[in-house]
Amino acid sequence: MTVGPVVELAGVTHRYGASLALDHLDLTIPSGCMAGLIGPDGVGKSTVLALAAGVRKIQTGRVMALGGDMADAGQRRQSSPRVAYMPQGLGRNLYPTLSVRENLDFFGRLFGHSAAERQRRIVELLAATGLSPFVDRPAGKLSGGMKQKLALCCALIHDPDLLILDEPTTGVDPLSRRQFWNLVDTIRTRRPGMSVVVATAYMEEAERFDWLAAMHAGWVIATGTPAEIRSNAGKDTLEAAFISLLPEAVRAGHVPVLVPPRPAAADGVPAIEADGLTCRFGDFTAVDHVSFRIERGEIFGFLGSNGCGKTTTMKMLTGLLQPTEGSSRLFGQPMDARDMKTRGNVGYMSQSFSLYEELTVRQNLDLHARLFHVPASEVAARIEAMLERYGLADHADRKPGVLPLGIRQRLQLAVAVIHRPAVLILDEPTSGVDPIARDGFWRSLVQLSREDGVTIFISTHFMNEAERCDRISLMHAGRVLAVGAPGDLVAERGAASLEDAFIDHLEAATGAEVPPASAIETVPVIAEPPRRATAPRRFSTKRLWAYTLRETMELTRDRIRLFFALAGPIILMVTFGYGISFNVENLSFAAFDQDRTPESRELVEQFSSSRYFAEQPAIDSATEMTERLQSGELGFVVEVPDGYGRDLVSGRRPQISVTLDGAMPFRAETARGYVLGVANAYSATLAAQSGTEATAAYTLLPRLRFNQAFRSVNATVPNVIMLMLVLIPAIMAAVGVVREKETGSIANLHATPISKVEFLLGKQLPYVAIGLVSAATLVLIALFLFQVPFRGSLSLLAVATVLYIAGTTGFGQLLSCFTRTQVAAIFATAILSIIPAVNFSGLIVPVSSLEGGGRYVGLAFPSAWYQPITTGCFTKGLGWLDLWPNVLALAGFALVFLLLSQLALKKQER
Amino acid sequence: MRRTISNVLRLIGKELHSIWADPVMLILVVYSFTVAIYMVSNDASTEVRHVAVAIVDEDHSQLSRRLADAIRPPEFQAPEEIAADAVDAALDAGRFVFVLHVPPRFEADLVSGRRPELLLEIDATAMAQAGNGATDLASIVSGEIAGFLGGGPGSAREPVDLVVRAWFNPNLETVWFGSVMQVMNSITMLTLILAGAALIREREHGTIEHLLVMPVTPAEIVLSKIFANGLVIVVAAALCLIVVVQWALAVPIAGSMPLFLAGTALYTVTIASLGILLATFSTSMGQFGLLVIPIMVVLNLLSGGMTPLESMPHWLRLTMQVVAPSPSFVAFAQGVLYRGAGLGTVWPDLLTFTAQGGVYFALSLLRFRGVLARI
Repeated sequence: MTVGPVVELAGVTHRYGASLALDHLDLTIPSGCMAGLIGPDGVGKSTVLALAAGVRKIQTGRVMALGGDMADAGQRRQSSPRVAYMPQGLGRNLYPTLSVRENLDFFGRLFGHSAAERQRRIVELLAATGLSPFVDRPAGKLSGGMKQKLALCCALIHDPDLLILDEPTTGVDPLSRRQFWNLVDTIRTRRPGMSVVVATAYMEEAERFDWLAAMHAGWVIATGTPAEIRSNAGKDTLEAAFISLLPEAVRAGHVPVLVPPRPAAADGVPAIEADGLTCRFGDFTAVDHVSFRIERGEIFGFLGSNGCGKTTTMKMLTGLLQPTEGSSRLFGQPMDARDMKTRGNVGYMSQSFSLYEELTVRQNLDLHARLFHVPASEVAARIEAMLERYGLADHADRKPGVLPLGIRQRLQLAVAVIHRPAVLILDEPTSGVDPIARDGFWRSLVQLSREDGVTIFISTHFMNEAERCDRISLMHAGRVLAVGAPGDLVAERGAASLEDAFIDHLEAATGAEVPPASAIETVPVIAEPPRRATAPRRFSTKRLWAYTLRETMELTRDRIRLFFALAGPIILMVTFGYGISFNVENLSFAAFDQDRTPESRELVEQFSSSRYFAEQPAIDSATEMTERLQSGELGFVVEVPDGYGRDLVSGRRPQISVTLDGAMPFRAETARGYVLGVANAYSATLAAQSGTEATAAYTLLPRLRFNQAFRSVNATVPNVIMLMLVLIPAIMAAVGVVREKETGSIANLHATPISKVEFLLGKQLPYVAIGLVSAATLVLIALFLFQVPFRGSLSLLAVATVLYIAGTTGFGQLLSCFTRTQVAAIFATAILSIIPAVNFSGLIVPVSSLEGGGRYVGLAFPSAWYQPITTGCFTKGLGWLDLWPNVLALAGFALVFLLLSQLALKKQER
Repeated sequence: MRRTISNVLRLIGKELHSIWADPVMLILVVYSFTVAIYMVSNDASTEVRHVAVAIVDEDHSQLSRRLADAIRPPEFQAPEEIAADAVDAALDAGRFVFVLHVPPRFEADLVSGRRPELLLEIDATAMAQAGNGATDLASIVSGEIAGFLGGGPGSAREPVDLVVRAWFNPNLETVWFGSVMQVMNSITMLTLILAGAALIREREHGTIEHLLVMPVTPAEIVLSKIFANGLVIVVAAALCLIVVVQWALAVPIAGSMPLFLAGTALYTVTIASLGILLATFSTSMGQFGLLVIPIMVVLNLLSGGMTPLESMPHWLRLTMQVVAPSPSFVAFAQGVLYRGAGLGTVWPDLLTFTAQGGVYFALSLLRFRGVLARI
């Protein structure tokens, strides 16, 4: 079909901050074949693939793919239906809570397939990959191998001409790995024109590719067929050839790993003994009756795919997990998680780097030494010894984050052995490490085992590492398939290599799961569909709807997000409704009556009969008054002086003093108003009694508008609705986009024909819908729990609410374009929306009383325009005629936020 | 025991290092204890200040002009004169909180003793200002009219002499209240976030596994996080009270600072335990954020530090006091800082939130191991 190269890079340089990923790279990848990029982590393989797929923005240089220039946005849009890109990481672009079928269906929709076509393709692809029995299983619960097969199906659903796979088999067991490549081969035989470009760190795998480019530090160090590369280097294996191709400086000091034979065991007590270890999580059995014995000083290897139970077994041996059944012994002692002594005997290195990045290398060593209670006098010497032995002396005062992976792994090992443990448990310590660093790491392990007699229990994916172990155990789906010396296992199965022996065991164990070869062959060759010469449509409601459906499914399956979206507004509404109260009632007071006459009792009676006040036991002394005011028990004290009754009767104007607790000024201020009111009424009664009625010169008639009962909730609740409908929808929408950045599924925005507007609107719709459900709930709570009257236009409130939520979710999405983590999105959105909504939109201070800047801040945010609508519709009885300009303004905000997000969101990674 | 103490001390050192290395959290702590306090307390929002008033003057007399002149900043904006038929529309649009309506012949009727009526229209949807503002306006009007009629004929004839004074804050300045209550809010918010984040950070980085394979117990790990984060908050709160509240805002603090800080230390232990308990329910910082925001808002708004506890319905007040530590802490802080109360007065509050802390701590330890099983 295409002649000439499928991907061509010329003078491409790419930097991430200060670090240089690609350095003036020129690379031409031939078309119509399976081409591989080989090399360890961090040499720039992924960058090359991402640039070729058009998901990463080109910095300098020229990248051509399928004959088009990938710098041109129009070209990228045109070629995106012809390219499939599968990013690195197990199922990274999949949606873990969606089932296998739902994932495939989503991708089918993105490429505009009809329902019937999607169904046909899904059935075909699932049959070919043997995933049919798992069609309803959530992607997150698949094993690593199955995830990758599903990701491949998702990539193949639209019959691409260029398939780009970034380390598709890292962390996958050998059988799944072999099945994966067979699948790719089958598909290539059916669609011979398709070009496949793969990056891999497994040299064994690269042997089967048609063409290879070996990379090192942003450079290509060799290209050609595997045979050419081997023969040019004069080596038997690709791995050896690769090492010999490396620059002299890097290669220096590389010595092949030699494992001296193990001295005969001194006594019979095994170092580690596991008997029927079982671990279940709910109804899932992670480890199923695993038993083994590891001799002292032995290097015992654990092989198996991701998720087969290796890590769980190791965690049970370290005491991190309590076995559901079975037991384990360390040097004959039963393993007890609570026993601090056995912990001192074990060193553990977990799968991913797990030391404190905020501490330096030396501080990390120091912390671990001391927590393991290495005697204080030895700590310094021990740290120096570790720095020396593991080649960390030059990095002692640097933080681990800036060190290369290989050195960080050495640091982890140093930390794990600083307390001289007799047993070392290492969970995939070398994944992602380059071959030279890996060999160096193994030399340290051999030294620990053979010289110091440390027992080593290690899990790995690499067959050449497994071959160095004294014995290995093959594990699958929680069970141990075989245990023995590597040589014996190969001989026993009559296999050519350890990998073949392992696959043989796996096939025997999992016969049912492997699709019969015939299934693949009987699948009809996919008819080559006529290629559309035109680019996909700029805007497609189908793609938009695909995102809406998917977002809705994900949301309904995430309990915490759903709780926040639905229960959050209700909890907060009730809290605010009661919490922001300006009615002061039941204010407690006590009388300090020093007179005790009928007149003084009548005075106190005036206060205790008011509905605003609640009388407490009387006060007897000045000290008591001070104490009870100090304790906050009393809001105010009425003090009646001795001789009050006498003075009153004789017309000598006795003094009453009221002492307020001024600690809470608003309460005191209001109390003062009420106290004055009571005192005035009392004066009037007294005057009436004595016949000297004071005639007021005028009357001031207060008329309470909109809220005759002067109920706080009538005023607060409509405002709280305004606040809730900005806070919760904005945070939800912000999290919705940032989550994709965190989990990696944002790759689908970069790699498929979905446009930015479709992506934004599609993701926004479910949140607008949830916002409307919340709005309806809040209105009902206002009407029935808080009994706020509704006097205005319901249609106005409904239309304005839709527009307002469209605006607030749009605001959240706009912020999510600038944030990178969910937590930053949550707090940034909360702070930025709360300030204008609470302070400048009439919640506490009426907008008319705002001064200067605050007023403009308020008007630049939708809340200040929506607040008159909620208050107007509930208490003021207003309608369309009064408030249509506010509705227009809300529509404007929704539109502007969408446009700004469209500008801020990037279709390509940087 | 000595081993436990030495482990906890080591881990506290490590925690402090982690906090120091997290610029986002540090900025949040500094912001909440400085800028946020200053802004919120200067924005004394429930005070009657700068309220918009209109006057409908149908009298056009010397007295009606005198009334308009008497309504002045800072409590009120200078009143705007509007026509009688514009009142409804202006109130609907929320342009004014008060409209004072002076009827025709008001002055003449007043002088001839015909007891005329003044109408004060109040927008009662502006609750914070409407009540106290109406009282203020009424006293302005009464003062002006009394002055106009010459002397104070009413006051001399009152049969009793009422003296109202306020203790602890004689001029009822809201900044005294707002600033200290904002410190309480910041203490609650930051302790909750810092402690929860400390646990989630370890889970996200996988370092928690490392700690647990070492000869360190979960209780030691949890305690070290509680103490380290509590220490940071207590120090920050002390500095904030001295520098921002006492010095920059010139708010006098009546009571004993050592007693307050001791109580705060106990309170941070309680809230940090709550933060860790919440963190055991979430797997990522994102989830923690969604969980913690509603809880934080409830703790702060219903603590009695915003509006009085007695305004709440009885059931809600009781629930808050039993479940949440913030009402007793706010009561404790108000007692010590405003009213100068001593230990003898505030011990029941101290006991309440400390006991609640004990419950949270026990629960978070219970959940701790169960959660690790699911990493």
